Amino acid sequence: MKEGFRQSMAWLHTWSGLVVGWILFAVFVTGTLSYFRPEISQWTRPELRDVKADANAASKTIATLKERAPNSPRWFITLPEAREPIVRVTYRDPNGGGEGRRGFKTAWLDPSTGEEVKARETRGGDFFYRFHFELSMKPIWGRWVVGFCAMFMFVAIISGVITHKKIFKDFFTLRPRKGQRSWLDAHNAVGVLALPYHVMITYTGLVTLMFMYMPWGVQANYGDNREAFFADATGVAEEVKPANQPGVLTDIEPLLHEARTRWNGAHAAFITINNPSDINSRITIRRDTEGQLANSNRNVVFSGTTGEVLSVAGEPAPASQTRAVMFGLHMATFSSTTLRWLFTLSGLGGILMVASGLVLWTVKRAPERAKLGYTPFGHRLVEVLNIGVITGLPIAVAAFFYANRLLPVALADRPAWEVRVFFAAWLLSFVLPMIPPARVAWTTQLVAGAALFAALPAVNALTTQTHLGITLAQGNWVYAGFDLTMLGIAALLGLTGWYASRTPGSRKPAQRKAPEALNLPAEAERA
Amino acid sequence: MAALTPSYRLSVAARALAAIVGGYALTALASFAMAIFLPLSRAEASMTATLSSFLIYACVVIWVFAARTTWRAWAGIVGSMIVLGALVWLQRQVAAS
Repeated sequence: MKEGFRQSMAWLHTWSGLVVGWILFAVFVTGTLSYFRPEISQWTRPELRDVKADANAASKTIATLKERAPNSPRWFITLPEAREPIVRVTYRDPNGGGEGRRGFKTAWLDPSTGEEVKARETRGGDFFYRFHFELSMKPIWGRWVVGFCAMFMFVAIISGVITHKKIFKDFFTLRPRKGQRSWLDAHNAVGVLALPYHVMITYTGLVTLMFMYMPWGVQANYGDNREAFFADATGVAEEVKPANQPGVLTDIEPLLHEARTRWNGAHAAFITINNPSDINSRITIRRDTEGQLANSNRNVVFSGTTGEVLSVAGEPAPASQTRAVMFGLHMATFSSTTLRWLFTLSGLGGILMVASGLVLWTVKRAPERAKLGYTPFGHRLVEVLNIGVITGLPIAVAAFFYANRLLPVALADRPAWEVRVFFAAWLLSFVLPMIPPARVAWTTQLVAGAALFAALPAVNALTTQTHLGITLAQGNWVYAGFDLTMLGIAALLGLTGWYASRTPGSRKPAQRKAPEALNLPAEAERA
Repeated sequence: MAALTPSYRLSVAARALAAIVGGYALTALASFAMAIFLPLSRAEASMTATLSSFLIYACVVIWVFAARTTWRAWAGIVGSMIVLGALVWLQRQVAAS
């Protein structure tokens, strides 16, 4: 490492990218899927097809909760919205045995009746959402691993930019069918094309969990009293203790009206009711994020018995607002459908950037293999991991959706089985890549992934009443859009597979072009 | 490609350690100091320090790999930590008295 600044940055870019590339690929894929977390959650519960949002959903829900769990210390109510037109309630089950945290239980209610809708047990879109930052590991471990990789990614982006003298020119340069050069050009093009997005999504991703990764700034001023910090920074009122005197909740509808007037007509997204059957009850109504960049505290707090307004969240201070905007940018819940698809395209750009970077590592080392006359273990390992991760993850995602449709509805522990199917399919995807030549494994598994996604709408048609024949006719775009997107993914994977099958294997042309590699631009030298 | 001599490997390992572990320690101390010294309210200073910490970390990592020698990289990390640590310690002494 006695070379110049740019060379050491190229070195840093190559190695920091390789070490975490596989995990980043999975994080990018599941993160991009998570833009559609509500839609995936809907599709994985075909029983919810005909549920419609209702203006009186809140009062009907509260009536149901009064009956079911009057003594729960808290009720959480997620109100229906266009993308997920159903009520989700979380409360402490009086019969105990709730599986969630501290005996809390979640149920889905029909907004127009307040009755529980029985849907199949599944983790739905939440699986990909949690995987995105926890990797299905123990939460703390997973979050640290993802944070570590995100930090590497941030360094890789900065060093990647420094490596490119001619970043603007590179963006317009694609030399197809030139082996290594084409891969480098492709990596540059997708990387630079969505560069602002990559910088934004990496940094804001770190910011979402920043108090866990970097607790020191809070520690300096608040010691271990983190609640005091959050009260100062976000203005969330502290909880009141129950008075242990029975109280009756006032009607919710006027309170919703009051809150909406204060928000210039914006909708309410969540209602939290503390101590619902006590005289010290509190009703907190939270604004939805639609059209709002900042994901900050947007609560109006009412006294539960009198309906008096106790506090209204104001504009946060600049640094808190900055954090709220960064958080909101990462979650992208503010966006319209068009903007969400643009985010998705950028996410796809990220997926391609990571994948092409990983492939580039092996392609770049083809001359070295040619010189040695054999493939060193390290090269082989990277190749197998590349194929298993890049082609195997789409197969695993498809397998998850198949499990959702094909596992018996009554199966005990059903959500866990869906996850097991996901990982089993992914593990199996590492078998074929172990048998050379690599090109066969690339092509076969990409085409297999394409076939699985292409057949998914058909399997959906055979197993549910939420297939395209019905949903398109009804104009139910959540379900129809899902099926159509699966066909789109199938087309993309198929195209990639077709391309992989007809591109000459990386070894031969590289041998032919080995002398040319010496004339590569300086930035590629140590890549 | 440079030959992968043992000394080269050792140098890379030492830099990686300096970047990952040393960089984190320096960043932690820097954000601690920022939270104390920024002329903002307590909450805002803590928030600003935490928000900027990842940028600081990234710059430290880049610098460690760009430094001319591994010794310099380590010296830079340890030196900055001593300065920041002394400032924080002084402030705590003043605040306590």
